[in-house]
Amino acid sequence: MSLLRITDLTVGFDTDDGLVQAVKGISLELAEGEILALCGESGCGKSVTAMSVPRLLPPETTRLSGSIELDGRELTELPESQLRRIRGKDVSVVFQEPMTSLNPSFTVGYQIAEVLRRHEGLSRRAARDRAVELLELVGIPLPARRVKEYPHQLSGGMRQRVMIAIAVACSPRVLIADEPTTALDVTIQAGVLDVFRDLRDRLGTAVILITHDLGVVADIADRAVVMYAGRAVEQAPVDELFARPRHPYTLGLMRALPSAAVNGRLAEIPGLVPSPLSDPDECAFHARCPRAQADCVLKRPELVRQADEHLAACFHPGGPS
Amino acid sequence: MTEAPAPPSAAEAPPRRGAARAWRRFRRRPMPMTGLVLVAGFLLLAIAGPLATGDPAAQDYAATLAPPSGAHPLGTDDLGRDALARVAHGAQVSLQAGVLSTLLAMAAGIPIGLVAGFYRRWLDPVVMRLVDVTLAFPFLVFAVGLAAIIGPSLKGVVLALGFSQLPAVIRITRGEVLSIREMDYVSAAVADGASDGYIMLRYVLPNCAAPLIVQATVAIPAAIIGEATLSFLGLGVQPPTPSWGVMLTTAQQYLDVAPWLAIWPGLMIALATLGFNLLGDGLRDVLDPRSGR
Repeated sequence: MSLLRITDLTVGFDTDDGLVQAVKGISLELAEGEILALCGESGCGKSVTAMSVPRLLPPETTRLSGSIELDGRELTELPESQLRRIRGKDVSVVFQEPMTSLNPSFTVGYQIAEVLRRHEGLSRRAARDRAVELLELVGIPLPARRVKEYPHQLSGGMRQRVMIAIAVACSPRVLIADEPTTALDVTIQAGVLDVFRDLRDRLGTAVILITHDLGVVADIADRAVVMYAGRAVEQAPVDELFARPRHPYTLGLMRALPSAAVNGRLAEIPGLVPSPLSDPDECAFHARCPRAQADCVLKRPELVRQADEHLAACFHPGGPS
Repeated sequence: MTEAPAPPSAAEAPPRRGAARAWRRFRRRPMPMTGLVLVAGFLLLAIAGPLATGDPAAQDYAATLAPPSGAHPLGTDDLGRDALARVAHGAQVSLQAGVLSTLLAMAAGIPIGLVAGFYRRWLDPVVMRLVDVTLAFPFLVFAVGLAAIIGPSLKGVVLALGFSQLPAVIRITRGEVLSIREMDYVSAAVADGASDGYIMLRYVLPNCAAPLIVQATVAIPAAIIGEATLSFLGLGVQPPTPSWGVMLTTAQQYLDVAPWLAIWPGLMIALATLGFNLLGDGLRDVLDPRSGR
């Protein structure tokens, strides 16, 4: 049985312009110890999908429907007080901005210990000792000294490792990493990704990795879901996805990678993302799609099985090559 | 990897903060150091002065309105009371009025501003409109009105001044909270399962401490002047308790024969106020991260 099962999740936000549908019916599953990449461009709904799990969306304006089950327990109906017990314990999050995601007024050791004392009921001293171990686990040298330092004394890469240490302190079942390497130097990125891989191997933590960087996906993920305009357009194991991309959008993303550049120019995808305010019954990608035909505007393509474990939502998918 | 790696920002190697660094920066500046010396002198006068000088109510009818001399270094007033002793005891009253009223305003204003800024919804507009209404009155007019209602005494002065400072404290706290609550570390705390109360106390409040400390150094001298003003008008500390404001009231009648009676308390008020203001400016530069590092 899968650890996390999201079924037909729809998330909208009330705005002055009306209801904006950020996620329009997505279903996905996450197995124990699996690293699942959610990829797509800004605004495609990947962060909103992931943040719906611990419900870290503004409660006043969010309209959420569908089902999110963690270990068979429905999360969408839990009250805030029970969600608090899940956040940071069963489901934790690593944010994009390591420079500003730590409290500047307390030492990093205090901030790691704080989660342990809250969720595990550890004593001050036990939590402090565990904080040192966690810093070591995420690969920070001299953890016994670093634990007493303030965030401003650490580099961006180290702060991100501290964020990860806080996130894994209570051995969460699911770790959501929202663009965890985007704000970091390329040289630091690889090290941080190694930390995730290592944690998965050692603690069996399942990871939802939100990223627009296909290089990161290829490097670390087991499976990937490509999202476009609030829907999953393709879903496959990473090797299969890169070997045989079916959806033209996925293909377009891959062609936009620097390693795929022709004559030093990157291939961009022409056109714009459709407005999230309207949702006509047609393929959302048709206006930008090189393979678009008349049938693409008549009906929205469903996500269908193209090959074993490989799903794509396209009437004209690329065949096996 | 279509994105260039983020350029290492200035924040990549942030300068050391903390008390030691703030003190190093502070020490090099002449004006804040002058302020610190003046404030230290004021505190010394207010705390040790009353012990070192004699009874401020002791009357020496042989020497009324006497100019400065060996026996009375600052002269005497119309009842032959030693001006030095009265200035020292007056400092104590000023310190009490300044510090207690500011503490009162902070103790009440910070929680109100914190909760209003954090939860907003209906609470924030209600609180802020009330604050706007009270801020529409000039500080002293408001304090005078309140003191008249509460009644003339040191307690009345502290309450009146504390309440008059309250709106400013609420507004400053709430403004800081509004910006701090949007910080990434607050979102991160929510994601770690922290409760609202915990976030307010551990994440929001400590990070808006700097402007509140600066506000305190503005509020204390304002309250010192406020106390002197209320006492001068007879709405504050009552004779024979020595207060700089009370001393000025008396001195006013004898300006032509004993001008020193007005000079000493006036000078004290000016120096104490100046000291706190210089200190506050210095602290603002050192503590407030937005005024440049």
